Amino acid sequence: MSKARVATLWLDGCSGCHMSLLDMDERLLELAGKIEMVFSPLVDQKEFPENVDVALVEGAVSSDEDLEKILKVRARSKLLVSLGDCAVTANIPSMRNPFKVKDVLDRAYIENATLNPGAPVDAVPTLRPQARPIHEFVNVDVFVPGCPPSADTIYFVLAEILEGRVPDLGAKTRFGA
Amino acid sequence: MSQAVRVITLTMDGREISARGDQTVLQVARENNMYIPTLCHLTGLARVGSCRLCLVEVKGINKLLPACVTRVEEGWEVSLNSERLSKYRKSILELLFSERNHVCAVCVSNGHCELQTLAQTLGMTHVHFAYRYPRLAVDGSHDRFVVDHNRCILCTRCVRVCDEIEGAHTWDLLGRGVNAQVITDLNQPWGESDTCTGCGKCINVCPTGALVEKGKSVREMTKQRQFLPYLTLMRERRW
Ligand code: SF4
Ligand code: SF4
Ligand code: SF4
Ligand code: FES
Repeated sequence: MSKARVATLWLDGCSGCHMSLLDMDERLLELAGKIEMVFSPLVDQKEFPENVDVALVEGAVSSDEDLEKILKVRARSKLLVSLGDCAVTANIPSMRNPFKVKDVLDRAYIENATLNPGAPVDAVPTLRPQARPIHEFVNVDVFVPGCPPSADTIYFVLAEILEGRVPDLGAKTRFGA
Repeated sequence: MSQAVRVITLTMDGREISARGDQTVLQVARENNMYIPTLCHLTGLARVGSCRLCLVEVKGINKLLPACVTRVEEGWEVSLNSERLSKYRKSILELLFSERNHVCAVCVSNGHCELQTLAQTLGMTHVHFAYRYPRLAVDGSHDRFVVDHNRCILCTRCVRVCDEIEGAHTWDLLGRGVNAQVITDLNQPWGESDTCTGCGKCINVCPTGALVEKGKSVREMTKQRQFLPYLTLMRERRW
């Protein structure tokens, strides 16, 4: 059997889900025999490739750049996994949602700044009015709540998908787990 | 009870069961170790049947019936966990999650919350509705307690326990529909309430992280419910 082409993507999240992925420890070696990591913050690959079998996505859609990325990832992946509470509910990033973007930026970069007050304007993606869950923009095939989902949960999800099954998470994880 | 209560027979998920005619579907199910999810219901408080999570199907009756406020009847064939019920129950949870701001990861009740546990038990892994992300207040004016409206699901357990058991009636509901919220006294800050005795009963019956003790950090808020049946009994007997 040829190796499954797996990608991971990091949108508006703390990278905790990716840390949890690495926490699989020696099971990563076992998975390495079955998957090829074709795109990830953990590998050196600039452009999201075509024909991806499984894309694991961490984080909410918070900026225009996030939106562009998730649309591309959806178009190029067979199976899209919403990994972790930020992807599934917008979680912590959504705590800014009741406020206007300008007020949030002013709070962080002007009111609480002592050196060089002023929000960055160049070279950073423009924030959208709200951080929202991935499935409000694209179809999601598997939802994995958890903040972050444990290494065991992520391993189970990947192992089930590689066996061609839809993972039934049941008692394994929950919001905030 | 002065009159003798009839004993009736019915089936629940195909199981033959006998029950007293004055019992609710929920009581009979629990007596027989059969699970029906509930949120607004709490044994010892008045039944309001408002959350609709406990809806069940009865053969031959078109509408779904709330188990916590429906008396059993002779010959009923009740389904507690059909596909249709599971779909409706998940939708109810999704509406509750999307209506306010539930960020479990940073909630004091994380790991000890009835809403969170129900989502897991009923397999609600994501919300199909658009989240509202409303801007809501947190009132920390009380010496020892906090009300966080972001986490309130309007179950009214606090209103009932404070009125029926403590006798203070500090809590009530203001507004309708999506604008409804729980208030203390005449919508004053809790810390300025004349009626609150500081007994903490509302904190302990609240199913979520909406009513909590001050100074608790993420995951630290656990609730104690053992007191309720005893107090209810004492009130009934006027001890
Ligand atoms: S109240 Fe419950 S469901 Fe809401 S954020 Fe807290 S733990 Fe999660
Ligand atoms: S602490 Fe006691 S008296 Fe005060 S609001 Fe809560 S239940 Fe009512
Ligand atoms: S504060 Fe708690 S007990 Fe009161 S209505 Fe809200 S969720 Fe229910
Ligand atoms: S538990 Fe029956 S309606 Fe809420």
